[in-house]
Amino acid sequence: MNRKWIVLGTALAVVLAFVAGVAVFTNRSNQEVKQAAQINNEALVRPHSPIFGNSAAKVTIVEFFDPSCETCRVFYPIVKGMVNASFGQVRLVMRNAPLHHGSDTAVKILEAARVQGKYWEALERALAAQPQWASHDRPQPEMIWALIGDIGLDMTKARADAEGPAIDQLLRQDIADMQALKVDRTPGFFVNGTPLREFGEAQLKALVQQELKKSATP
Amino acid sequence: MSEHRAAAEVGKGRNAAFWLPLFAAWLLALLATAGALFLGEVMGKTPCVLCWYQRIAMFPLVLVLGVGLFTSDVRSVRYALPLAGVGWSIAAYHVLVYWGVVSKDLVPCGKGPSCADADVQMAGVVPIPLLSLAAFTGILVALWVARARARRAME
Repeated sequence: MNRKWIVLGTALAVVLAFVAGVAVFTNRSNQEVKQAAQINNEALVRPHSPIFGNSAAKVTIVEFFDPSCETCRVFYPIVKGMVNASFGQVRLVMRNAPLHHGSDTAVKILEAARVQGKYWEALERALAAQPQWASHDRPQPEMIWALIGDIGLDMTKARADAEGPAIDQLLRQDIADMQALKVDRTPGFFVNGTPLREFGEAQLKALVQQELKKSATP
Repeated sequence: MSEHRAAAEVGKGRNAAFWLPLFAAWLLALLATAGALFLGEVMGKTPCVLCWYQRIAMFPLVLVLGVGLFTSDVRSVRYALPLAGVGWSIAAYHVLVYWGVVSKDLVPCGKGPSCADADVQMAGVVPIPLLSLAAFTGILVALWVARARARRAME
């Protein structure tokens, strides 16, 4: 009997130590990410970053976004809905975080559409068909060209832009910012510079509400 | 006589001599499993191919030896030894790869992180494959002691 309790007690002690370790580690890495966001504040929004909503909004959601990421796809209408429901108080800034294989090509195509003012149209087409082109083991981001053929782009120019140095430079900047801000998974949210550490729709909404309240009482 | 023998083999005896080394082996497996899960799931280090094979050998040891401890069943040593042996071999190979004794080109690491990467270190000092090898070595020794004690008890 006694020995069974020794086994159970040891197992419990190891589980408790593990849980405590998780708490300590999460706390420490949260601090690190918060500090990174404070130190690299200028890395959150760049002049080239696409903005959705009122550009003078008090609350800015920065989203590090990967067009191949399924969770990004699910969150897209949620975040867009939050901006639309805010009466101009919340805006969304998109940053590229090509973490998946093939995402860099997809980002370049979307950025080529942005050059012609069609970023959001192209993005929505690409997201709608994401299951077709963004399989993780065999991605076919080139398929996006066919998806955005009829949104009114000068396709010759877009194809040239996608391969051009300007978009390549922009993508490098986004990746450098992503690393500086310690974003290692997508979607990565920052609300007025505060990183969303516990991921979830409710948590994101709560963080936005908190920043809205802060901005209302100066 | 055969009745006595069966009882000794199953080890129902309260003071079964093999229990303590069996417990030591189980504790090592438990700590190694918790450590591997912490590195992978909490610290976000993706296990390389060789790490996965070592995990495949290590994780079941917790359950096999745990059940053995719970019922004071010395036969669990017999089931655990092949797992520990295979795990030890892979860990030894991994250490050789990590130290560059075995050429990197021979490593079956197509996708995912490299098994020879300098990143596979704990606190920047102890390489993870070496920790794994130490754990498997400890488990093998403890299991061997448990088996020897059980045999002595049977004579």
